[in-house]
Amino acid sequence: MSDVLVKIRNLSASFSSVTVLKNINLEIPSRKVVAFIGPSGCGKSTFLRCLNRMHEEVPGADIQGQIFLEGQNIYEKHIDPVLVRRKVGMVFQKPNPFPGLSIFDNVAVGLKLMGVKKRVLYERVEDSLKQAALWGEVKNILKRQGTSLSGGQQQRLCIARALAINPSVVLMDEPTSALDPISTARIENLIRRLKEKVTVIIVTHNMQQASRISDKTAFLLSGELVEYEKTSKIFTNPSEVRTESYITGRFG
Amino acid sequence: MSSEKELSLDNGAVIYSYSLRDRWRKWCNYFMLGCLFLLSLIAAIPFLFIVYYVLAKGISSVNWDFFTQLPKPPGEEGGGMSNALIGSLVVVGMASLVGIPWGMGMGVYLSEYRATRTAKALRFVVDLLISAPSIVIGIFIYGFIVVRYGFSSYAGSAALLLIMLPVVAKGTEEILKMVPNHIREAGLALGIPRWKVIVRIIIPSVLSMCVTVIMLAIARIAGETAPLLFTALGNQYHIRDLSEPIATLPVQIYEFSKSGFEQMEKQAWAGAMVLVLFVFFINFFTRMFLFFYKKDKIKPFQKGK
Repeated sequence: MSDVLVKIRNLSASFSSVTVLKNINLEIPSRKVVAFIGPSGCGKSTFLRCLNRMHEEVPGADIQGQIFLEGQNIYEKHIDPVLVRRKVGMVFQKPNPFPGLSIFDNVAVGLKLMGVKKRVLYERVEDSLKQAALWGEVKNILKRQGTSLSGGQQQRLCIARALAINPSVVLMDEPTSALDPISTARIENLIRRLKEKVTVIIVTHNMQQASRISDKTAFLLSGELVEYEKTSKIFTNPSEVRTESYITGRFG
Repeated sequence: MSSEKELSLDNGAVIYSYSLRDRWRKWCNYFMLGCLFLLSLIAAIPFLFIVYYVLAKGISSVNWDFFTQLPKPPGEEGGGMSNALIGSLVVVGMASLVGIPWGMGMGVYLSEYRATRTAKALRFVVDLLISAPSIVIGIFIYGFIVVRYGFSSYAGSAALLLIMLPVVAKGTEEILKMVPNHIREAGLALGIPRWKVIVRIIIPSVLSMCVTVIMLAIARIAGETAPLLFTALGNQYHIRDLSEPIATLPVQIYEFSKSGFEQMEKQAWAGAMVLVLFVFFINFFTRMFLFFYKKDKIKPFQKGK
């Protein structure tokens, strides 16, 4: 078995005393794609945002339990969330390149602000754009606005931006829900290749997508982890009735 | 109910035919549009007339001497307003030098930490200050600074600073609020500390709009007269020391225009023209800057996509 990268223990989260996640326990293996599925409002996004300590940025948010990243509890008092977020990249639902910044700067800004030297900057940007399968399309227009790209390209730019700072995990919150089928297919291919380097944790509404790209799938329902299994098992032979009803479209 | 019958939707034959009511609606629309156009036009006429009047009255006295010479004693021909021009630049410059960074800092705080109690209190104060009559601010500075240290360019700048601060703060706050929250989150998620997200990502993305706010604030204080009357006071000559009273264009225009000497009144008109043109050009250049800057740098945020 592959080694465990993220270990989640008794994780509960709430917004101004409304509980969103209830006592989640699971382990995420290294260099795999793990999908989280479940109906709207079941806490998938909140779960994701707990993993890079973005949940606490919302006023009234509260969190309990432990999340171990490479053996270190990221919620221990002396841990700086800024450093956690450099290890755990994030791609959002809506492509959100930084407005006013060029394609190059969009990828470079994280590195620049971390103090990466100018000499290696170009290489790192090129590398990240190649990993995000965008280099060929933008190598001649690096000075153009990031926001001038198409939606699918923007999302790949956001993936490149997240990869640039060398995270060990990349969180993706419904990364293709705002994109057309061709752009979606591109990003799915990209995710499949990414797991050679990083762990991808993806939240998706699209069950076909989860079955296409993920190694393991977790099913969340009203803040509870119902089932967490190999993707092939979840989609062919789920052990829980609730999982089966959801993936066969009986509710949700 | 009766109006629905007029639409004759139920018989199914002529759904899209214009009923009387539709015609009335269209006519109403044209009428209201016409009213709005007319009202805008009426409002613009006095403004154009002011510009024309000031130009016509002032142009004859604006010459090289006006920009380089000191005012002549009453009754004598010639002379200029170089003391007031330099004075205005000094007073407005000092106020801007302090007021722009300070005001923008306040605006950043009001927008990025908007939920905190201090931000709410500060917002209330800023709103109050923005609507305070400028003469009240002048009186405040008079009581606070002038009574103790005398009239000076510092006192004048302090008065203008108090007028400028809330304008810049409010403007910056409103602009930063337009930046969608997911841009901030994207920055934070990259492991960039919050203050760097603000300074390196949020502000650059709205820089051109911030420039507009700054320019408009400068134009606003450049024309202020009341708060300078009893803070900067005025001066016949060039200043040698910033702690002396200093001439400023609006105050000098005010004093010359009520002097009763024809030559001084002419100079006042010339001063008025220069002031109007100065404010006009600030606005004009801001717009030009935005036009060219926007073209290749800023894409406006798309709402609700």
